[in-house]
Amino acid sequence: MAAKTLIIDGKAVSAEEGATVLQVARDNNVAIPTLCHLEGVYDVGACRLCLVEVAGSTKLQPACTTKISEGMNIQTDSDRLRKYRRLTLELLFAERNHVCAVCVSNGHCELQTLACSLGLDHVRYDYVFPKWKVDVTHRLFGMDHNRCILCTRCVRVCWHIEGAGTKNVAGRGATAKIISDLDQPWGDSESCTECGKCVMACPTGALFHKGATAGEMEHDRDKLEFIVNAREKQQWLP
Amino acid sequence: MKLRVATVWLGGCSGCHMSFLDMDEFFIELAGLIDLVYSPVIDVKEFPEAVDVCLIEGAVCNEDNLEILRKIRERTKVLVSFGDCAVTGNVPAMRNPFGPDNRENVLQRAYVENARHNPGVPKADGIVPQLLEQVVPVHEAVYVEYYLPGCPPPAARIKAVLVQIINGQAPLLTGPQLKFG
Amino acid sequence: MQLDDLKVLVAKHIGARKKIVLRTCMSAGCMSSQADVIKKNLEAEVKAQGLEADVEVRRVGCMGFCGQGPLIGVDGLSAKEKLFEFVKPTDAPAIVGSLKGAACDVQVGNPDHPFFARQMRIVRANGGIVDPERIEDYLAVGGYQALHQVLTEMKPSEVVDEITRSGLRGRGGAGFPTGLKWGTVAKSAGAKKYVVCNGDEGDPGAFMDRSVLESDPHIVLEGMAIAAYAVGADQGFLYVRAEYPLAISRLQTAIKQAKALGLLGGGIFESPFNFNIDIRIGAGAFVCGEETALMASVEGKRGTPRPRPPFPAESGLWGCPTLINNVETFANITAIIQRGGAWYAGIGTEKSKGTKVFALTGKIKNNGLIEVPMGIPLRQIVEEMGGGAPDGGHIKSVQTGGPSGGCIPAAYLDTPVDYESLTQLGSIMGSGGMVVMDDTTNMVEIAKFYMEFCMEESCGKCIPCRAGTAQMFHLLEKITQRRGTARDLAKLEELCDMVRHTSLCGLGQTAPNPVASTLKFFRSEYEALLQPDPFGPRTTAATQSTAPVTL
Repeated sequence: MAAKTLIIDGKAVSAEEGATVLQVARDNNVAIPTLCHLEGVYDVGACRLCLVEVAGSTKLQPACTTKISEGMNIQTDSDRLRKYRRLTLELLFAERNHVCAVCVSNGHCELQTLACSLGLDHVRYDYVFPKWKVDVTHRLFGMDHNRCILCTRCVRVCWHIEGAGTKNVAGRGATAKIISDLDQPWGDSESCTECGKCVMACPTGALFHKGATAGEMEHDRDKLEFIVNAREKQQWLP
Repeated sequence: MKLRVATVWLGGCSGCHMSFLDMDEFFIELAGLIDLVYSPVIDVKEFPEAVDVCLIEGAVCNEDNLEILRKIRERTKVLVSFGDCAVTGNVPAMRNPFGPDNRENVLQRAYVENARHNPGVPKADGIVPQLLEQVVPVHEAVYVEYYLPGCPPPAARIKAVLVQIINGQAPLLTGPQLKFG
Repeated sequence: MQLDDLKVLVAKHIGARKKIVLRTCMSAGCMSSQADVIKKNLEAEVKAQGLEADVEVRRVGCMGFCGQGPLIGVDGLSAKEKLFEFVKPTDAPAIVGSLKGAACDVQVGNPDHPFFARQMRIVRANGGIVDPERIEDYLAVGGYQALHQVLTEMKPSEVVDEITRSGLRGRGGAGFPTGLKWGTVAKSAGAKKYVVCNGDEGDPGAFMDRSVLESDPHIVLEGMAIAAYAVGADQGFLYVRAEYPLAISRLQTAIKQAKALGLLGGGIFESPFNFNIDIRIGAGAFVCGEETALMASVEGKRGTPRPRPPFPAESGLWGCPTLINNVETFANITAIIQRGGAWYAGIGTEKSKGTKVFALTGKIKNNGLIEVPMGIPLRQIVEEMGGGAPDGGHIKSVQTGGPSGGCIPAAYLDTPVDYESLTQLGSIMGSGGMVVMDDTTNMVEIAKFYMEFCMEESCGKCIPCRAGTAQMFHLLEKITQRRGTARDLAKLEELCDMVRHTSLCGLGQTAPNPVASTLKFFRSEYEALLQPDPFGPRTTAATQSTAPVTL
């Protein structure tokens, strides 16, 4: 693999050909906010939080799916990007019913943490207050659609790490939702292996361990990373 | 001249005011900097004129909330949404997903279905205020200058905001200080 | 099958034709007004009046003047074609009788009307003339000769050069140079390549592609085959929305007939070139007109777009280089091959070559399909061809490009219709929907209509499109219900900018266009609906808590 040199936020860096902007940024301690990205599964470029400015292009590019090229000049932070990122979060908070105070993931939630880091002190858009159900038919886990941001991390770990293919997306637009099998109660799913990777992958409190109460649950992201490292790099020790 | 400060309790659990009281010994210092002109913790019946700062706890849930809020807005220079219910609607707004006609259902559920004694929806025109169709955060009803999230906001966060306002600055909360919940 | 064999077949077909032809439009529009019954009655009447020897009733595709349908064209009676309009099933005896000179009170159209006279038909050359369910009819007008020509006389690279020379640009809406796209796919490395035809026409008020597919399916198949030869593909997919059952059935018939004559399949014209076309039916999602979503759908996956690059030309269906063009683009190919790229480049403007088909609808006298040379002033289309607003109204605006386009106010009617001019006005060429609005139209309601469409058709994958269009619709609803304030309007404008620049695919990126263009040209209509904001900001400063308030 040939090395490429590029500029990120004014700093010259080099990286291997084929790497994404996000990988190179993180390798060089440049933080780019993400929600749908998850180490170990392929990227979908859906949350649009990692959009960056690339010199010479009028379009903003998602860092997670954009491959680096020689001489690329990337700006990962600007007033404009910060404004768009804040707006994206506002839209997410307004879209479903994210009530941090009573959420299992309060304090361990990526959405909440991002909102803090982007200075979101209130949501200017009207809350939609949709009516979503909570699926607690599974023996071990629950799914609260009110807290789902449709990042599809759970779908991707279910299909591409566990290989069970239980989780999927149904519907479109604001009514799109994560389903189990053919939109059956999760507890009735015959394909679910109860591995819990979807819960580990969830950035919010949408997927949770039954019995966890407000602020009590952490996502064990380390466990997921361990599995991915073991599979892809044959590294069995953390 | 001392700042004329008020606090008000709309649709909330009073937890934010409890947290306010947790500022403890800072009150002694605060007493030299502000006049508390209206608050659930002092005995003033009517919201006064010419208030500098008002902390508003709670979401806007009923007609009474809305009425006093509008009065406050007219008489106050700076409104601070105080706590998650004021900022987001939070727990009181959890009735909203049940639709615009949830008012009757909510009252039925609370005062009839779950009542052990004397079931019946409380109704007294002119005394018991009507619920609004939807619970809204304070800034959807009136313009709000500053936001102080948290459920409840810790005393240190409340103090930080108050000190900045007293010093004539726009209160700037960053990072974990902005945490909802 | 060799070309000579085809010529024998065609000669026989033409020899069997009768002196007078009653062309009955059997496209979806006229069919909805009982064109099938009309045809049956005409056939019975021809028999009853003893005219079988001289008169045939032919099923044809769309003649264009859909607003006046059902239409019957008469050939062979006089030098000039005769056109019956608003035909009813009970008119059959009178129409057949008129062939013998009897009086007939069925409305007769004027073939010299600007609606027809101003047209230039390349894509729709055979529409309303050939029977879409008989390949012999298509062969009789020179069909599949262009394919024969490229297979026997041209190298693939020469075909690409010819298309490049023509200046043809993608007719799906974005206007990407077709030759460049073909060249990229041709150069992409890969043993397996695909050609895909995008027939997922979904814009409200647009029916150009449906009409082409229903009226002249072979012109699209032949265009695809030529493209496949040029880029080195052996498999094609025709993606048609399920809402077009007639187009699907006619395409199925056309593919079967072309295969039977060896014009599709293995060893076409006894050359080493193989090409098969399969139909894929869309399941009702507008977003599947977006090329990456369409490919996902063809692969049998959930139809959602993915970020580009990689572009389909590089990595498309199943990771293979894939050429995707729209129905109308493919329908231009045979003419370019037969008459030359230079001829095509002589039509239109400097940057927009050839013709464009538009579905002219809305508050206008003459509704229907028109094909006009690029660069024609909008005014000629709506005032001369379209006849202006009905009932003495005034045209207020012309909407082009559907939910991705914008509203062009009447003051700009002298704008030439080409890609760049429309983009400059905040609209787009789009796939060809042209909805005319008169002064009774409320532009804020129009913007709301399109926003609701985008909101419902958003696939839900990316946040700006999914949640942004929903908020924009909500704000528009608030404003139209006279509950909105200046702050709401500011938020709407903020979202226009954000959704445009951050959405994943074209659906979201263009969804704000109808709002942005109506805000640009008809802002006062929005402002008239705004309510005072008595409890709003004390100052006119920003709506965010950044500035200290002086106490």
